[in-house]
Amino acid sequence: MNIHGSLPRRDFLAGGGVLYGLLLAGGPLSLLAPGRVWALEMKVLTPPQGAKLLSVARTIAPHDGLEDAAYALVVKAVDEACAGDAALRETIHSGLELLAVDFAARSEAQRVEALRSVEHTDFFRQARARTLGNLYTSALAYAHFGYEGEAFSKGGYLSRGFNDLKWLPEVPLEDSGPLVTQTTA
Amino acid sequence: MAQIAQHDSNAVVVIGSGAGGGTLAHELTRRGIKVVLLEAGARQSLASFSQNPGEAFVQLTWLEPRTASGSWTVPEDYPGLPSWTAKTLGGTTVHWTGAAPRIRPWEVRARTTYGDVPGTSLIDWPIEYAELEHYYELAERRMVVSRRHGNPGFPASNHFKVMYNGARRIGYRQVHTGYLAINTRPADNRAMCIQQGFCVQGCKIAAKWSTLYTEIPRAEDTGNLDLRVASRAVRIEHGRDGRVTGVVYRDPQGVEQRQAARIVCLACNSVETARLLLLSESARFPHGLANSTDQVGRNYCRHVAGFIWGAFDKPIHFYRGTTLAGIIEDETRHDTTRGFAGGYHLELAALDLPSLPLAGFPCTMWGRDLAYFMDHYASLAGMLVNGEDLPRATNRITLSPSVKDAFGLPVANIHVDEHANDAAMRAHAQKQGKALYESVGALRTATSRQTPATHNMCTARMSRNPRDGVADAHGRAHDVPNLFLSDGSALSTPGSANPTLTIVALALRQAEHIAREMSARNI
Repeated sequence: MNIHGSLPRRDFLAGGGVLYGLLLAGGPLSLLAPGRVWALEMKVLTPPQGAKLLSVARTIAPHDGLEDAAYALVVKAVDEACAGDAALRETIHSGLELLAVDFAARSEAQRVEALRSVEHTDFFRQARARTLGNLYTSALAYAHFGYEGEAFSKGGYLSRGFNDLKWLPEVPLEDSGPLVTQTTA
Repeated sequence: MAQIAQHDSNAVVVIGSGAGGGTLAHELTRRGIKVVLLEAGARQSLASFSQNPGEAFVQLTWLEPRTASGSWTVPEDYPGLPSWTAKTLGGTTVHWTGAAPRIRPWEVRARTTYGDVPGTSLIDWPIEYAELEHYYELAERRMVVSRRHGNPGFPASNHFKVMYNGARRIGYRQVHTGYLAINTRPADNRAMCIQQGFCVQGCKIAAKWSTLYTEIPRAEDTGNLDLRVASRAVRIEHGRDGRVTGVVYRDPQGVEQRQAARIVCLACNSVETARLLLLSESARFPHGLANSTDQVGRNYCRHVAGFIWGAFDKPIHFYRGTTLAGIIEDETRHDTTRGFAGGYHLELAALDLPSLPLAGFPCTMWGRDLAYFMDHYASLAGMLVNGEDLPRATNRITLSPSVKDAFGLPVANIHVDEHANDAAMRAHAQKQGKALYESVGALRTATSRQTPATHNMCTARMSRNPRDGVADAHGRAHDVPNLFLSDGSALSTPGSANPTLTIVALALRQAEHIAREMSARNI
């Protein structure tokens, strides 16, 4: 995915297209990016399909403060998987067909109802698994949800807050153990 | 490292390098016995362990297909992964969380203690607890288990503080930071835990015991080990007398090879151990090797497992710190007034952000309910139920009639119809877990259903009577005098303890037995 200062030129790929949107003003990406427009070049999904799928992902995992750009990473992953898997491509294509043309424009309650009605289809199972499998893996998601991730390179959390909780009483030593900070012999 | 000729019929061949196989290989080689160790996976190192949760999962996990059937919920919630095992040198000791509690004395007499529970195939262990206890002590010293033998306990993490205070408020008394085979101070030439929270991805400082950097290199140092990684056993062969004679395997290039053997020890993790026995059918053993009583693959146990999550309004950062450093032991008792036989542990459990939505909730959960818990990621607390499930003859590993692996061999199918006792135990445990979190102010709680088993057990179990199991009290196959079961498949019943410590204890005991029998020329 790219972030641009202005709208990108549309590249016509076989069956593909470009999905684009605006970054959240003041959001973490907007502070880093050169401009406010993000664009995703898709290999097999058309722009309407991409937009619908993005809305499906947001309905499955609705995080109000999370940018569309984060959900676009789900679309990117599904599009790439579809490019190499004809059966999946058919599942996604036909599943999206079952949803109304203006699915993305409908209220959340309507979108939830529409997805509940297809909950037992392969399409929904794929959409759910791939949304949950891709939405929370990016640095953007780590920052948004407050996950600090890999700690080895920083010496673990031993002296970086693994025990800094103060809103409950401390645990007696007999039920825990001493805090050792000399980590090597 | 030793080079053992493929035709050398004096070699002991150990298949699988995890808690059972890795330990056994070390124990045999240090006694001067030549061992060929076959491992299906690759050799990783502290440097090569990925710290990207998704990459680490792919790096360490057995990803070849398995199928699942039965009325349990796992096929619906985790269709691609009915069981979570490792395929890497060191096996599951690379991805385990280090939890090393003991099976309880009454749990090795499960049939006697619980009685004739309809719909189960309970048996008593063919081993006295006092004997097992001796090997538990040896295993704990070797693995450097916290709160045992003078080893300090873990300091309380944020996450444990929530668990501890909640547990005390609802009346629990046996709550502490756990028996973990993870160093709380430098020991065994390994560093101490620095609270990374990346136990499951491979411990990059080797504070957590794993055969990858303890037993296996020590076995290599004896000069008696011929280690062959990326080598997949596909069949065990036997001679006219019914004794095993060797193992057919695929080398790293996929070429079929054959290693002769005086003794074969199977430690492929319970699902694959059963599969390999079933794949090794012959005219003499038409239903699979060591399967004359039709017990191979049956009685599959996987523990009553399930998450409990509590969302709070204050920060916890549960991903900081040793993943499983917290345990409640009060419910590991047999007390049928709770509505079920057997007992369970509640264990501290955090998941990294990418894994939480995939592993932590049932597939029916999505939309605002799921988003609520993800939005509270930094103020979430979690526990995992680890309870004794009851064996059933019909819960079993079989060969898939339709799905084959890359070598054209049928994959394992895991069939489970959950017993009402298991369901009652999970419901009780999750109710207790929710009450625990509510007692310290949880805004909301949620639970998962049964999770894919990391504890696969009992599919080739030890039994006094060959009618009831596959192996004798030393893990030797009832049918085949030079074939041993050396992993969790040999457990007679699962108990309520995470199985690794018990597998290591049994491997230490089995190694003594094999060495003794070899010296006496009995095998």
